[in-house]
Amino acid sequence: MPTNPRGQRRKYPISQRANQISPSGIRRFFDLLASMEGVISLGVGEPDFTTPWHITKAAIESLEKGQTMYTSNLGMPELRQELSRHLKNHYSLEYDAGCELLITVGVSEALDLAMRAILDPGDEVIMPDPCYVSYEPCVVLAGGAPIMVPTNEENSFEISAADFEARITNKTRAILIGYPANPTGAVMSRDNLAEIVEVARRHQLLVVSDEIYAKLVYGVEHTCVATLPGMQAHTILLGGFSKTYAMTGWRVGYTAAPKEIIAAMTKIHQYTMMCAPTMAQVAAVEALKSGEDSATEMVEDYNRRRLVIVKGLCDIGLSCFEPKGAFYAFPSIKRTGMTSEEFAEKLLTEEKVAVVPGSAFGQYGEGYVRCCYATSLADIEEALVRMKRFVDRHHKEV
Amino acid sequence: MMKEILKILQNDARTTTKQISAMTGRPGTEVTRLIKEAEKDRVILKYKAIVNWDKVEDEQVWALIEVKLTPEKDVGFDSIAERIYRFPQACTVYLISGTYDLFVLAVGKSNHEIADFVSQKLSHIEGVQGTVTQFVLKRYKEDDEIVDGKEEVKRQPVIL
Repeated sequence: MPTNPRGQRRKYPISQRANQISPSGIRRFFDLLASMEGVISLGVGEPDFTTPWHITKAAIESLEKGQTMYTSNLGMPELRQELSRHLKNHYSLEYDAGCELLITVGVSEALDLAMRAILDPGDEVIMPDPCYVSYEPCVVLAGGAPIMVPTNEENSFEISAADFEARITNKTRAILIGYPANPTGAVMSRDNLAEIVEVARRHQLLVVSDEIYAKLVYGVEHTCVATLPGMQAHTILLGGFSKTYAMTGWRVGYTAAPKEIIAAMTKIHQYTMMCAPTMAQVAAVEALKSGEDSATEMVEDYNRRRLVIVKGLCDIGLSCFEPKGAFYAFPSIKRTGMTSEEFAEKLLTEEKVAVVPGSAFGQYGEGYVRCCYATSLADIEEALVRMKRFVDRHHKEV
Repeated sequence: MMKEILKILQNDARTTTKQISAMTGRPGTEVTRLIKEAEKDRVILKYKAIVNWDKVEDEQVWALIEVKLTPEKDVGFDSIAERIYRFPQACTVYLISGTYDLFVLAVGKSNHEIADFVSQKLSHIEGVQGTVTQFVLKRYKEDDEIVDGKEEVKRQPVIL
């Protein structure tokens, strides 16, 4: 029987690297939720729309025509051409479809590839806390070390250039940011982003920018990092279709980056994934060509629900900074005196409403819960009624 | 803002002023004023429920009728259209391009009532040259709503 480095027997040889990644800190909450019926879940993290029919139909037709073979490792040429056109039209960015774009299995794979392509053992990657749950593990799995920068409600959960620069060492390789953000709904202002990239440039660091929620912004403009002066050559831009076109299950995304980085990412990709699902790539072409109207309608719908949930949470007495992107509200539950996990578990068992403890997203998510408003208005309104009851009840006890 | 309110009401006419105010971030008084204005100007014509009559015992029969007209001097098709839409059986009347001139969606309690409407009322109107009647056999989608309802697609309750 194999032994671990401490000489203890273990049943299966799980790698140190796999063991190094922390399991979810809210396993108990997940298990509780799984055991319950009739819960209104604000814990979802994907659109409640199905993929627009014309996109699905394009994929179905491709299957009927027998398009079931592998594509090029880089992705279908037609998709890369369409993506290149899209980035030019929307951001005035010129990416060579032949060598500066890689189609991946969602942004999830793109992130993993990026980290494995750019990190040597011990290299540090700076990122905001709280942040999307995959950032830390992807850095660790690539042999790197995540360095967390606290963000807070007072600065709208935007990572500050000063805090970023204060954590740079000679091992720092990159900064990893994702705005609009999961879990906070925060959007980085152009000015703040310009300060961040100025620091990155000065220290010759790469910026890995997860912009999966780029199109889900409300009353503000999204700033693509690569559009800032001189930044295209120093940015690994991660983007996708999951949130914009309600294509989460299709598993297709992309990276736009300098050709040397794309080449390195493609090497790993070709030996692990081969290519993104062919029918998903066909769907992505259709989404880029004709999906803008559907996407706009979805964003308008999310905005209505965003206004309802934020007002509702504030009326309950849970201070909630106004999220301007993605589809999450991140209210503070500090006035109840409970921890995030305690709040979420009690809300679930007492009122059958599921919200995600902010602590699942990092140490500085403690004291907050994530409420996803990609769900029906009726569910949002009912959830708010139950949350008000809950907060009133527990507020009296504090 | 008016367009936004109209979209919300078109989707669900029961949406209250309070809900519309929350969904748009506009004060309730402004929402009320805009809705009243839209009703007065006949931008909002009516509020109604879309009913699946197949689930109700009373039989209802629908027919799509294309009508060829001879336009009247000086008034064109409008006065003929008015003579048609004044019949309660004609629940929708459009002027259309193509081979025929008017599209009429007629409703009745039986095939006989529709047939009677076409042969005894519609065809006798001065200016009506001819009609083509097609009976509705099954309604799949009505005014943006799928009649049989979609099977609910379940999502994972928590995705980080």
